[in-house]
Amino acid sequence: MTDLTRSPTRAGALSAARALPIVCAFLLGVFVIGGTGFAQMAAAHNAAHDHRHSIGFPCH
Amino acid sequence: MTLFRTIVLLAALVGFGAGVVLTVVQQFGTQPLIVKAEVFEQARSEASAPKPHDHEPSGAHDHLAASAADVAAAEAHEHGGGDEWAPADGAERFLWTLAANVVSGVGFALLLVAASELKGGLTSWREGLFWGLAGFAVFTLAPSIGLPPEAPGVEGAPLMDRQVWWIGTAVATAAGLALLAYGRSALAALGAIVLIAAPHVIGAPQATEAPAIPRDLEHDFVVAVTVTGFVFWAAIGVLAGALRGRFAAA
Repeated sequence: MTDLTRSPTRAGALSAARALPIVCAFLLGVFVIGGTGFAQMAAAHNAAHDHRHSIGFPCH
Repeated sequence: MTLFRTIVLLAALVGFGAGVVLTVVQQFGTQPLIVKAEVFEQARSEASAPKPHDHEPSGAHDHLAASAADVAAAEAHEHGGGDEWAPADGAERFLWTLAANVVSGVGFALLLVAASELKGGLTSWREGLFWGLAGFAVFTLAPSIGLPPEAPGVEGAPLMDRQVWWIGTAVATAAGLALLAYGRSALAALGAIVLIAAPHVIGAPQATEAPAIPRDLEHDFVVAVTVTGFVFWAAIGVLAGALRGRFAAA
């Protein structure tokens, strides 16, 4: 858990070793939001219907 | 991949908290309006479809005064009109909405935490709040300029076109804000302005059909979604900023 400790300088915060897991986490987020907000399957739409409207996603 | 695990764990906590906050705000803000709008949506789809039985001999169906029967019909309504599964009203519908709110909260928290880690990570709830406000600008404000949040009964352009414009606007706005915040040259600032303005110059796909719901309900819904989005994003940012330090210290 020490990876999160701030680097001495902001400019040095991003190394290749840090970038890969960060990008992977970001892509996981994109995937999750795609499922709840944008998947067009009827069951996914109906389950998340009120959520989609409440957050302003294009719904139907 | 310890960093990956830490980001996911932090985002899970943040997303759970923000999803619960969203659910509370939603129950008082958008949800009553969604239910109200569904009455009109249902009335229109019934008007355009052959009725199995006509219980209104006069034919004077008052769209503004929703009867108890209308409410019941709207609540039983399934989008798509087919036999697809949909959660039953009451506890089941509420729980699925809560689940979608939490899962989506985790998704957005992943984006916010990952993006802020690229810049060295959040140091306080206050810094997190600013990132949350950026999220609000990117995912609520910018898309709603061209595509105001639609209550049920507000027909838009084809769904796929709207989704593409919505996502494109969010991406362009995020890139523009990043350039504004971290770019060091006038050229970067100019690029940022172009990126943020471009989706609105191109224009969102527009509806051809007038909404089935009254104008004031449409307006109230846009306000409710904007406020709900603001609280949701503030919660994500503050929670991420406040909790991140505990992970770093561990």
